[in-house]
Amino acid sequence: MTAFVEIDDVTRQWDGKGGVRAVSMTVGRGAFVSILGPSGCGKSTLLRLIAGLERPSAGRIRIDGEDVTHRPPAQRRLSLVFQSYALFPHLTVRDNILFGMKVRRAPRALREEKLAEAAGMMGLTEFLGRKPAQLSGGQRQRVALARTVVSGHPLVLMDEPLSNLDAKLRTAVRRDIKALQQRLDLTVVYVTHDQGEAMSLSDHIVLMRDAAVVQAGSPQALYAHPATPFAAEFIGDPPMALLDGSLLGVAGPTTVGIRVEHLSVAPLETADLVAEVEVCEFLGADTRVLLRRDRARGLALHLPGAVDWPQGRRVGLHLPSEHRFAFAGEPFEVAGPTIGPATADRPRQPS
Amino acid sequence: MSDAVALARRRQAVHGWLLLTPALVMLTTFAFYPTVATVWTSLFSRGTRRRPSEFVGLENFERLFADPTFWQVVQNNLIYAGVTIPASIVIALVMALWANARLPAQSFIRGAYFTPTVLPMIAAGNLWLFFYTPGFGIFDQIGGFFGAPSVNWLGQPETALLAICLVTIWKEAGFFMIFYLAALQTIPPDLKEAADIEGASRWDYTWRVVLPLLMPTTLFILVNAMINAVKLIDHLFILTKGGPSDASKLILYYIWENAFAFFDAPAAAAMTLLVLGVLALVAALQFFVIDRRTHYR
Repeated sequence: MTAFVEIDDVTRQWDGKGGVRAVSMTVGRGAFVSILGPSGCGKSTLLRLIAGLERPSAGRIRIDGEDVTHRPPAQRRLSLVFQSYALFPHLTVRDNILFGMKVRRAPRALREEKLAEAAGMMGLTEFLGRKPAQLSGGQRQRVALARTVVSGHPLVLMDEPLSNLDAKLRTAVRRDIKALQQRLDLTVVYVTHDQGEAMSLSDHIVLMRDAAVVQAGSPQALYAHPATPFAAEFIGDPPMALLDGSLLGVAGPTTVGIRVEHLSVAPLETADLVAEVEVCEFLGADTRVLLRRDRARGLALHLPGAVDWPQGRRVGLHLPSEHRFAFAGEPFEVAGPTIGPATADRPRQPS
Repeated sequence: MSDAVALARRRQAVHGWLLLTPALVMLTTFAFYPTVATVWTSLFSRGTRRRPSEFVGLENFERLFADPTFWQVVQNNLIYAGVTIPASIVIALVMALWANARLPAQSFIRGAYFTPTVLPMIAAGNLWLFFYTPGFGIFDQIGGFFGAPSVNWLGQPETALLAICLVTIWKEAGFFMIFYLAALQTIPPDLKEAADIEGASRWDYTWRVVLPLLMPTTLFILVNAMINAVKLIDHLFILTKGGPSDASKLILYYIWENAFAFFDAPAAAAMTLLVLGVLALVAALQFFVIDRRTHYR
C-alpha cells in the first residue's frame, strides 16, 4: 500500500500545552485509519492539521505526494465529517449536499447526477426537500456523508462522527461509513475516543496520549502486543488487567499486564496471585467475577454457567507466564486513564 | 357539592382578575384609552368658545388631504425612511461582520460603535448642531481645508433633510450592529469550517450562509427601523425645528405642531390614525410575506 497522507514531525501547541507534539504517521492509500485516544490527547488537532483548519508550527504534511503544509483546506482535495454534522440549517438536504458543487460552479447536469447518486447511496432520496431540523441524528450524519460523496475527494476525515448518536444508530451509521469507504475506495482518517469503533472499523490504529503517539499498528497488533500499560488498558473490552510487578516477584519498577481471558482459578497454595471477589455479574452463558487486589486493577474471571460467590471470598489465580506482558521501567499507576467523549466546548448544531 | 365547585371556580376567576389588574390598569391608561380617545377626537370638529365641537365624520381627514404641508411632510418622511433604513442596516451589517472578525482591541471597537446609542438624543443633537455649524463646524472645516465654500447644512432646504438623515444613520447603525453581532455569534464555527473545506470563498460563505441565517435579525431590525422612522422628533427640535420652509419636517413633528402649537387636536388625531394604519399595514406585510421566506432556528 502506497502512502497517501504523510505527517512528518508535526507540532501544533498552544503555549506549550495541548495539541500535538512531534507527531509522525503515514496513512496508506485506501486505508481506514483511526486516531484513537482519550479526550484532550490531541487527536482532533491532528485531524484539523490534516484538514488545513490548523497550521503546524513545525513539520510537514503531504497528501498524495504533494506538500500541502501551507495550503488552505479547499486545495487539499478532502472532505471532513463533523461530530456536530455541520449542516447548514437554512438549506434543504438537497442544497446541503450540493453546497460544495454550487460554490465550485459545477454544471447543473453534473450536480443532478451526483445528487441522485449520493442520495440513493445514503438512502436520502425521500428527504431531499427537508431541512436538517426535520431529520433524525442518523439521517443528518448521512447527509454529511452524502456531502463527501458528491465532492468526489479521495480523502475523507471524520471527527467523532458517531458521538452525537444514540447506541443503536451508532452501529447502523458505522456500517454505512464502512460500506461507503469500500464502495468508493476512500482513504479515511477517523478520530474517535471509542476503542470499539476503532477496532471494528479500521485497518490501522494510531493510539495517542498527551499530544504524542503511543503506538500505531493493526487492531490485532495493538490488542496482542500493547507497547505500554496505557495501550494495554485502553485497547480491548474488557481492558487488560494490570498489576504491580512486585506482586509477581519482578524486580524494579515494572507493570505486568494480562488479558483476563487468560486468567484461571488455582488452589490458594499454588496460586500466582490471591484476590478477593468484589461482585459477580451473571451474563447468561457465563458469569463475570470482578476481583479486587491491592496494587492491581481490572482483574476478572469469566466462568461458565451461574456462579454466586460471596463478596470478599479469596480466590487463587493462575497467570500463565507466556501471556504476561512485563512493561519494564513503567511503575504501576494507581489511577487508570480517563476515557471520555470530547468536551462540548463549542455550541452544538442547533436543531 | 356543586356549590363548592362553583365557589372554587369563582375564587379562581377572582384570582385571575386580580393578577390581570395591574397590567390592565396600565394598558388602559396608556394604550387603550388614548387609542379610543384618538379615534373619537378625529371624528369631531375643533371646539372653540363660540362653536363647541360637533361630530363631523371624516371631514378632518378630508381637510388633511387638502393640506399641502401634510403631503410635504409625508414626502419628507418617505425620503427619510428610504434613505436611513437601508443605509443604517447595511452599515450595521458591515460593521458587525467586521467587529466579529478577530480584531485587536475588539471590545473597544464594539464599545465605540455603540456609543451613539448610549448618548441621549438631545445631547447627540447638540453635538451634530456644532458639526453642521457654518464656518467653524467640522464639516465646513474639512470642506474649507479642500477649498470648498462654507455650507449652511441645516439652514437650506436642499440639504436640511439629508443632514437629519445622516444623524439618524450615525445613531441607528451602532444600535442595529449589536443585534447583528449577537446573531453572528450564534452561528456555529463548524459551518465556516465546513464551507472552507468545500472551497467556498469568503463571499460565498457570507452570501449563502451568513446572510440567510441573519434574516430573522434583519426582519426584526427592519420593523424597528420602520417604527423609528415615524418616531423621530427630538433631533428636529434641536437641529431644524422642521425648517427651513418645512424641508425637514417629519410626521411626528407635524402631529406635535398641530396638537400643541396650533391647538388643532382633531387634525393631530386624524394624522396619528393614518400613521397607525400605515404602520400596521407594513408590519403585516413584513410578517406575512417576508417571514415565510425566513429561516428560524
